[in-house]
Amino acid sequence: MSHSLEKRSESDRGGEKMTQRVDNSSDSDSEEEPITEEELAKLKEEVEEKKKLIATLRNKPWKMKKKLSVLKEAQLFVEKFEGALGKGKGKKFYAYKVMMTKKWMKFQRDFENFKTACIPWEMKIKEIESHFGSSVASYFIFLRWMYGINMILFGLTFGLVMVPEALMGKPYGSLPRKTVPRAEEASAMNFATLWDFSGFAQYSVLFYGYYNNQRTIGWLKFRMPLSYFLVGVGTIGYSFMIVIRTMARNANEDGGGDDTSFNFSWKMFTSWDYLIGNPETADNKFASITTSFKEAIVEEQESRKEENIHLTRFLRVLANFLALCTLAGSGYLIFFVVRRSQKFALEGLENYGWWERNEVNMVMSLLGMFCPTLFDVISSLENYHPRIALRWQLGRIFALFLGNLYTFIIALMDEINLKLEEEKIVKYNMSIWEASLYNGTIPENSTAPPIEVDPADVPRGPCWETMVGQEFVRLTVSDTMTTYITILIGDFLRAVFVRFFNYCWCWDLEYGFPSYSEFDISGNVLGLIFNQGMIWMGSFYAPCLPAINVFRLHTSMYLQCWAVMCCNVPQERVFKASRSNNFYMAMLLFILFLSTLPAVYTIVSIPPSFDCGPFSLSIYYLNATSKSYKEANLELKKKLQSQAEENKRRNKQKAQKSNEQEENPFETEPPQTKQKGKQDESTPNQDNKKGQGDNEAKKTDQPQEASSSQAFQHPGPAPNGHYALQTRGGNLPPPSIAVTRPPGPRGYGMLGYPPGNPRFPGAQPGMPRGPPNYR
Amino acid sequence: MGNKQTIFTDEQLDAYQDCTFFTRKEILRLHGRYHEMAPNVVPMDYTKDPDVKLPMQLIINMPELKENPFRERIVESFSEDGEGSLSFNDFVDMFSVLSEMAPRELKAIYAFKIYDFNTDNFICKSDLEKTLNKLTREELTAEEITLVCEKVIEEADMDGDGKLGFADFENMISKAPDFLSTFHIRI
Repeated sequence: MSHSLEKRSESDRGGEKMTQRVDNSSDSDSEEEPITEEELAKLKEEVEEKKKLIATLRNKPWKMKKKLSVLKEAQLFVEKFEGALGKGKGKKFYAYKVMMTKKWMKFQRDFENFKTACIPWEMKIKEIESHFGSSVASYFIFLRWMYGINMILFGLTFGLVMVPEALMGKPYGSLPRKTVPRAEEASAMNFATLWDFSGFAQYSVLFYGYYNNQRTIGWLKFRMPLSYFLVGVGTIGYSFMIVIRTMARNANEDGGGDDTSFNFSWKMFTSWDYLIGNPETADNKFASITTSFKEAIVEEQESRKEENIHLTRFLRVLANFLALCTLAGSGYLIFFVVRRSQKFALEGLENYGWWERNEVNMVMSLLGMFCPTLFDVISSLENYHPRIALRWQLGRIFALFLGNLYTFIIALMDEINLKLEEEKIVKYNMSIWEASLYNGTIPENSTAPPIEVDPADVPRGPCWETMVGQEFVRLTVSDTMTTYITILIGDFLRAVFVRFFNYCWCWDLEYGFPSYSEFDISGNVLGLIFNQGMIWMGSFYAPCLPAINVFRLHTSMYLQCWAVMCCNVPQERVFKASRSNNFYMAMLLFILFLSTLPAVYTIVSIPPSFDCGPFSLSIYYLNATSKSYKEANLELKKKLQSQAEENKRRNKQKAQKSNEQEENPFETEPPQTKQKGKQDESTPNQDNKKGQGDNEAKKTDQPQEASSSQAFQHPGPAPNGHYALQTRGGNLPPPSIAVTRPPGPRGYGMLGYPPGNPRFPGAQPGMPRGPPNYR
Repeated sequence: MGNKQTIFTDEQLDAYQDCTFFTRKEILRLHGRYHEMAPNVVPMDYTKDPDVKLPMQLIINMPELKENPFRERIVESFSEDGEGSLSFNDFVDMFSVLSEMAPRELKAIYAFKIYDFNTDNFICKSDLEKTLNKLTREELTAEEITLVCEKVIEEADMDGDGKLGFADFENMISKAPDFLSTFHIRI
C-alpha cells in the first residue's frame, strides 16, 4: 500500500527532491494531508542517520545488550519510513563487500604466515633475542642474511658451472688436465690428501683446473668458458647489488621509523602480544620485554649523564691517538715480517729454524690475540654509549685484520710467480718429452699420427689457478675449524669448568675469574665479514667455495645458537642494537670492493696456464698472436729503414758516378731522393732494377717468413705475395706499396685476425689491412 | 548457509552480525566455544535469550587467554556486572573488539579500560606500576620501575595532571605502530 502511495506522491510533486527512495509516512498519509517538505526532509535525514547508526553499530563501545536494543529500534524506524525498494539491495551489497574484505584479509594473513614460515631459524633468533638482547641477536640476523646470499651464489656456481661440466663435459680421465698424474695416483684417494683438497679432489669440478677450454660442450652446445666467466662476474655483481640495496632499504627504515617520542609508553602498552597462547613463547616474551625495558633504561640513563665536555673530548682524542699508534705499529710490524719471510724464502727455508719458518703466522696470531684487548682497554677511556663503543671497536679491529689480508695476498702472489716460473720449465720439458715419444722418427710434427698416451702420464704444468683456489679453500676450512674449536674449548669447556669446579675451588669462579664468557659480537661479526671476503676472492678459481661456505654457515648457525644459549651469559649492560645493520653492511661493501681487486688483477695481468682451466690458450693465444704481430711489425719497420738507407747510399753513389762521367744525365733515371716511407705513385721503370729489387726483396723475405711462421702458422703463399709487393727497392721510390696494388690473397678462415689488432701503429705499408676478419 | 541450526533465530544471527565483526559461521562457532566451557550450564537453544553467565575463572582458562598477563582485566572490562562473569553477549562482544577487523579507535577505548586497574577512568602511577609488574613478572628493581613510570607520564601526559586521561592515552596509542597487531586475539 505504501508503494502505491509513493508513486502517487512522486508523480504529484514532480519528484525533484525525491529521486531516491522516497520516504513518506505511509500510515498517516492515507488519511491526513500530505506532510510539508521540511518535515519530509527532516524525516529523511533521520532515516539516513538511523541507517548510518546501524552500519556503524559494531564500532560503538557499548555493551552488547545496549547495542542489540538500539539496533532493533533503529531497524524498526527505518523499516517504517522507508520503501522496500533499494533497501534489500543495499544490504546485500554491503554484506558481499564485507565478505570479500574478510576473504582478502584471510588471504593476506595466510600469505604473511607462509612468508614467515619460509624464513629459517626465526624461533631460535627470537629466543636468543629475548635472553640476550637485540645486539647479540643482530649478529645472528646478519648470519642468516649472509646465508641467504651464499645460497644464491651457490646456486649460480653449482647450476651454471659445476653441473654442466660434470654432466656434459668430457669425463674424468679423458684429458690430461682431468686426470690425477701418475706420480700422485697412489695417494689420490687418501683421506689426508682429500682433506687437503689435493689428489682426487683437485682434479674434479671443484677447481678451476678441471675445466676444458672447449668452446661448447654437450648436445646443448653449452658455452662453458663463457658461462664460467659470466658466473664469476655475476657473483660479484649480484653481491654488490644486494649489499647496496640492503643499505638503501635500511637507510629508509632508519629515517622513517625511529620515532622515540613515546618510547616507554609504547613499550608499556603495546609490547605484549595478545596472540600468544603457548607457555614457552610466553616465557620468552616476558624475558624479551624485560630485556627491552632494561635496554631502554640504559639508554635513558646514558642520556641523563652529565658530561664534562672538555675532559671527554680530550680523552677521546687521546684514545684515538693511541689506537692509531697501535695500528701503525702493527702495520709496520706486519710489513717488516713479510719482507723478512720473502727474503728467507729466497735463501731457502732449510737454513732456518721453526720460528723463522712460521714467523708470519705467529706474528699474525699474536697480534690478533692482543690488539683487540688493547683496543678494549683504550675504549674505556672514551666513555661512549655501548653501541657507539662497539662500532669503534669493530672499526679498529677491522683495520687490524686488513693487515692479515695483506700478508695473505702477498704470500699468494709469491706462490703464483713461482708457479709461473715452473710453468716455463715444464713447457720446455714438454717439447723434449714429445720428441722422445716419437723417437725422432718424423722431422716435423704437423702431420704425424698422434701416439696414444695415457693422460695420467702426460707431464703437467703447475696450474697456478687451481693452486690459488686450493689456498682459499684451505684457508676457509682451517678458519672454520679454528672457530669451532675456539667455541668448544673457549666457551663450552670453560663453562663446564666454572660450573662444576666451583664447588671445590678457593674463590668463586662464577663471579671472579674466569666466570662465564660473554658473546663476543665484534669478533664474530668481523670473522663473518672477512670469511665472506675470502669467498668472493676465491670463488672464481674454486667454484666449490660457495658450496663449502653454505655448509659452513649452516652448521655455524646451529653450533653458535646452541653455544650462546648454553655457555654464555648476557652482557652486563644490555644495549639495543641499531635498528639497521648499516654499519655491518658498510664494512661488507668495503671488503667486497677489496676482494674484487686481486681477482681482477690476476685475471688481467697474469697469463692463464697453458694446460688447465677454461681459458687456457684462448687469451694466451690472443696474447701470443698480438705479440707476434707486434714483432713482425717491428721487423718490417727495421727492414724498411735499412732499405731506405741502402737506396740513399746507392743514389749518392750514382750521383757521384754520373758527375764524374759527365754523360747524359738523363740516361738513367735522375736520382730521386725521396724520403723513406713516402707513399707516392709508382711505376716500375727499369725492369732490371725491379728484378734487382725483387731479388733483394726475396732475399730479405726469407728470414722474415721464417720468423713469422714460427710465431704463427700462416698458409704459405699469402704472406709471400705480400712481402714481395712491399719492397721494390732500387731507384724506385722507396716503399710505396699497397696503395695502388691490391693486397694479396689472404687466407680467410685462419685464426690470425684477433679483434682489436688493427689498432697497431703498424697498420700501414704491408700489414694486413682492410676489414678485420672477425670470427 | 546452514539453515538447519536451531541455536539462534535468523533475526538473532542477523542482529549479531550487525553488532559485531563476525559472520554467521563465526558466531555459531563462538557459541560452541562458550558452550563447551560449561556444557551443563550453557543451553544449546538461545532462541529465548536465556540469562546465563559464566564466572571469570572459567573464561580466563581459555587457551587464548591463559598466558595473557592481563586476562582478568580483559574479562572484567567486558563483563556487565564488573565482577568478571560474562554472558554470551559479553563473550561475543569481547572477541569482536579483540578481532582483526575492529578499528583502532574502538580498541583504544577498551585498551584504556583494561589498563585502568582501579577503574577511575585515569591511568595513574599505581596502574602503571601494576601494568609494568605484570609485563616483566616483577623482574625490575624498584628504581627501574619508578624510572619507567615517570618516563611514561612524562611522555604521554598532555594536560599535566600527573596521570593519563583517555585523551592522552588515545593520542599516544594512535601513533603506535604495533598497537593493532598486538592488541589482537584470534578465536
